[in-house]
Amino acid sequence: MTIATAVGFVESVRRGGIAVSLGSSRLFTEALAEIDLGNPDEVYWTARAVLVHRPEDIELFNGLFAAYWRGVDSGLVWRPPQEPPPVTLALDDPEIPADGPDEDDAGDDNDDSDDSITVRYSTTETLTQKDFADYSDEELAESRRLMEEILFMGSCRRSRRRVPSRRARGALDIRRTVRQALRSAGEPAEIAREVPGSRQRRLVLLLDVSGSMEPYARALIGFVHASVASGARVEAFTLGTRLTRLTRELSQRDPDRALQAASRVVKDWSGGTRLGDGLGRFNDEWGCRGMARGATVVILSDGWDRGEPREMEIQMQRLARVAHRVVWVNPLKASPGYEPLARAMAAALPFVDDFVEGHCLDSLHELARLVLGGSDGRSPEGDRALSGVGSQR
Amino acid sequence: MADSYDPRSVSSVAQVSDALRENRYLPDDGLATAVYLALRLRRPLLLEGEPGVGKTEVARVLADWIGGPLLRIQCYEGIDVNQAVYEWDYARQLLYLRTAEATGAARAGEAEALTDELYDERFLVRRPLLEAIAHNSGPPPVLLIDEVDRADDEFEAFLLEVLADYSITIPEIGTFSAVDPPVVIVTSNRTRDVHDALKRRCLYHWVKHPEVAREIEIIKLHAPSVSERLAAQVASAAAAVRQVGLYKPPGVSETIDWARALDLLGAKELAVEQVEATFPTLLKYREDLERVQDHGLEALLAADRE
Repeated sequence: MTIATAVGFVESVRRGGIAVSLGSSRLFTEALAEIDLGNPDEVYWTARAVLVHRPEDIELFNGLFAAYWRGVDSGLVWRPPQEPPPVTLALDDPEIPADGPDEDDAGDDNDDSDDSITVRYSTTETLTQKDFADYSDEELAESRRLMEEILFMGSCRRSRRRVPSRRARGALDIRRTVRQALRSAGEPAEIAREVPGSRQRRLVLLLDVSGSMEPYARALIGFVHASVASGARVEAFTLGTRLTRLTRELSQRDPDRALQAASRVVKDWSGGTRLGDGLGRFNDEWGCRGMARGATVVILSDGWDRGEPREMEIQMQRLARVAHRVVWVNPLKASPGYEPLARAMAAALPFVDDFVEGHCLDSLHELARLVLGGSDGRSPEGDRALSGVGSQR
Repeated sequence: MADSYDPRSVSSVAQVSDALRENRYLPDDGLATAVYLALRLRRPLLLEGEPGVGKTEVARVLADWIGGPLLRIQCYEGIDVNQAVYEWDYARQLLYLRTAEATGAARAGEAEALTDELYDERFLVRRPLLEAIAHNSGPPPVLLIDEVDRADDEFEAFLLEVLADYSITIPEIGTFSAVDPPVVIVTSNRTRDVHDALKRRCLYHWVKHPEVAREIEIIKLHAPSVSERLAAQVASAAAAVRQVGLYKPPGVSETIDWARALDLLGAKELAVEQVEATFPTLLKYREDLERVQDHGLEALLAADRE
């Protein structure tokens, strides 16, 4: 492999969908000068250390590397390093059934929600109270703009970082006191004090994109985007038959481009749901490791699930143990006579701190107020929202 | 094994691999290559991976090999310059000022000179980052920035600045530039994404659980009294346990602990009673214990025969 072919490889990695900065590609050529170019494995590991920065990209990278290497020298067949063969156990664990997507079920759910919604709303209602499921495409676009105005961010908690106190309370700030004293020839004329600062809690949004949620998800994804793009500490995932992290895709400001990027990575849009499994994956890979710790976790879902309710219960319990607060937003809750009968929903409810509706713009405003206000009792507004949401309808 | 080593003179990946082995760390090819490049190109190495796969250990082993000091910054939320870089020793400054006053030195119209003296290096408390940059004799230090994902964005931005040109400016004194840049290992448990800019600056390696053969070697290396058969069984069982889908899959250090515990009980190979008694060294959640027991210990013990 020569420098020219190496640069070509960087190009094909970029085309393959892995972002490579100019600095990294320069570093790659530098690195190639240090290694044995005749050894494909060494080239592979070098390229990976320099060009890949996320474990999610490794598989994609392996494919690109193999393909490129084949193109450069057809005589050489390179295979990605052997993953250790999984050691299998004779498990009596019910594996994910191999049957197809949950089309039937999802279809039914769809009908159910549509029914209750058409009964409830007339077309004369204003956009802010109109059910997302009844939105036309124009209204959907309009709602995106309105959603950007909702300031959705986590509540505050005490931080370990201390800030100067203006009043005469708090702990002695010896650093500042002495510094000031040095100015007055060592006389501590003023005693500086400090108090703990505050820090925004992380906000984690889990959006259900299964078939039954489809009419809501297409509107709510805009809300999720507006929240992530606002730059606050927000993480976003979609739940369907799998778990997809969208924080990166949604962090660009332009909603169209962000949603386009999101639709490229979300492969299970309008498919079936395995909420319990999805939550489990979230807990394993992100949540319990730290992302959900002390965070406000907001699940946007109608609670229809084909998985085991027991699994849902276990995963919700795990989540509730690490999270500061778990908020479940269920668009169906606004329907008259709604009872959380969906098995997964019923299993999850004991671990949910706030169960709210999220079927229209107004309810999202309420949600934002609820989440922001739920600090350590600091925002009086929060208490209002707390008592207000449940009784809104 | 040499007492000190100039990391720039390594000439091949194999050499790095051997040196780490000599210092009781068994790297896979990917890690060895990444370390080799980090040494040659003098770039920081960012290691991410499951907890307990030996990310931090890499720094310790590198320090042993190179012979330089290991300087460690444990990141946490709210860590700032005073804890990571430097701090003035205010109490001593104040005392010094009082002494000057008492001895009459301050009266002689030398206030200006006195102020300068106050910001002398002897009143400077060096924290690991400054220590690593200002280090100027002997083998280069190994700077370990542990769990950078726990620090906040502001600190990360500052870190990036330091790692970009290996220099630190203290307003009262001036700029410290590294004569010999430290070897920098950054670890992250991935509770959040580290900034792209920092990632671009670093070489990257995702550390996985070792494959069975390597884990057997690791166990034998760290617990030499464990029998060959037991080591093999422990490693296969650990690999099987990791497949079960636990909340906290056991890391390498837990496997070693488990092997040691079994060995202390006189086990020469895995048997159900001893496994039950020693499982807490391997599994740290009640739910995980139950889950593995539900799957049946027999299946676990049979794992290595497949």
